[in-house]
Amino acid sequence: MSKVQSRHFRAEKFDFWSFFFSGLTGLATLFILGILATILLNIIVNGWSAISWHFVSTIPKKDFFDANTTGVLPMIVGTSFRVIVMTIFVIPVGVITAIYLTEYAPNTSIITRIIRAAVNNLAGVPSIVFGLFGLGFFINFAGKNLDLLLHNANAVWGQPALIWASLTLAVMTLPVVIVATEESLKAIPPGLREASLALGATKLETILRIVLPQALPGIMTGGILAVSRAAGEVAPILFTGVAYYMASLPAHLSDQFMDLGYHVFVLSTQSPNIEQTRPILYATVLVLLLLTFALNFVAILIRARVRKKLRALG
Amino acid sequence: MAETLIPKIATPATTLTAAKTGTPLIEIENLSLYYGAAKALKDISLKLEEKVVTAFIGPSGCGKSTLLRCLNRMNDLIDNVRIDGAIKIGSHDIYAANVDVIELRKRVGMVFQKSNPFPKSIYENVAYGLRLHGFQSKSELDGTVEQSLRNAALWDEVKDRLHSSALGLSGGQQQRLCIARAIAIKPEIILMDEPASALDPIATTRIEELILELKKDFTIVIVTHNMQQAARISNYTAFFYIGELVEFDVTAKIFTNPAKKQTEDYVTGRFG
Repeated sequence: MSKVQSRHFRAEKFDFWSFFFSGLTGLATLFILGILATILLNIIVNGWSAISWHFVSTIPKKDFFDANTTGVLPMIVGTSFRVIVMTIFVIPVGVITAIYLTEYAPNTSIITRIIRAAVNNLAGVPSIVFGLFGLGFFINFAGKNLDLLLHNANAVWGQPALIWASLTLAVMTLPVVIVATEESLKAIPPGLREASLALGATKLETILRIVLPQALPGIMTGGILAVSRAAGEVAPILFTGVAYYMASLPAHLSDQFMDLGYHVFVLSTQSPNIEQTRPILYATVLVLLLLTFALNFVAILIRARVRKKLRALG
Repeated sequence: MAETLIPKIATPATTLTAAKTGTPLIEIENLSLYYGAAKALKDISLKLEEKVVTAFIGPSGCGKSTLLRCLNRMNDLIDNVRIDGAIKIGSHDIYAANVDVIELRKRVGMVFQKSNPFPKSIYENVAYGLRLHGFQSKSELDGTVEQSLRNAALWDEVKDRLHSSALGLSGGQQQRLCIARAIAIKPEIILMDEPASALDPIATTRIEELILELKKDFTIVIVTHNMQQAARISNYTAFFYIGELVEFDVTAKIFTNPAKKQTEDYVTGRFG
């Protein structure tokens, strides 16, 4: 027996090409990891020393290029606000759209196919185009008309504002949420839907009581992806809400706001003294990274709790 | 041709233990079903009695499951299905325009081939249908959940872990839970689509014993691939072949002295 086996499992001859290609894939992976590590290390090493409680808790004066007096509190608040407001809008709209596409829309109809194509194309639109769309649609159309109705044409809503920047980001991240939700809805066994319907549940009851609770972790994954994408985006908010400088924190949805990503751009292009600004530039980038990480971390924690609860009981 | 296929249901009641004479509960009249252009059921007429077990047998693709799913209109969920003819339950045409499908499915429960408990607790699985139909009070729910689990011969095994996940149960237990879930809302008819085909012999025996117990209270229609199972548990058997009803009679007659050669060949294992 062992003789027969040993004949079949003889050591192979050295194969140059298989060695070459496995080496190549390994190198490519190392290269990417190396780049990531370089970027992160560079930011952490150079940014860490400039971060202080004063830095993250101070509203700076107009001259925010001075490392001794500046701070990034308004940018942290602005970026957090716009991401949270975006999430509040994008999750319901995305989830409802995905429910329509998977549960209600006739799969073969031309309209369904057009909607799907639109969702996919939306994901490929450059973010600056979303910014221009936000300016044209939300501010100049929706905002101006709101002012006509509510404020005697005084500019309250018809100007860049937190709400319009958030809505623009929501439109941009909509495909992410729709696709993630659709995937998680499709992954639910059809037997569960049938069981519910066979017990005399309506389609709506089945969706609300069986399908959606099961899809919740997948929906949250979509939300996490949307938050990650939106937190660092600058282009969509350029025309729709971000401010170069504000003396106070945004307090209202119609206020403009300062933003970490945009502030990085400002620090690196507008500074009168590059050397003096460099440490705060690094520190601001590090704060942006940490904030994105923190927002993700909170969402991932919530998702883990939901998963655990689903597994234990449902 | 169709005339001769209409079963003679007026067999002497003495041959059956639980059968009652009188008007049948389910009347299927000249039913044809199309998936798009394909005709899956061909002009089927059948009358099923109350509180007996009727088995649908036949080779795969013969339409027996499709017919079963007509009885609670689960086929409505599939696109491109068209139906001719009528099905009456208690003399009401269930395909009439004014029929409330929700009400129908409340009265005609279903157990599926693959056990499909909800990813909820054992208790919540059974309570699901009750909550849907407006039961709220805890004592009422508790009582019905316990009674349903008892009737499904599952209570003793799960009474100490009612609030743990149903997915932790064995395959056979899960299927009995699905039966408990179905009977909790007190249907008149229970449709079973190969309920034991995925289970081991011991679990299968338990399901079969349960079916014999349940027929005292419910009218049961069961689709099965297992000839012995049909012989063991059913009072009547209908044999289908490529969308047609070949023969329908008392089970003992189908298995010992069938009228059609085709039936004999199938039940003796010569084809199918």
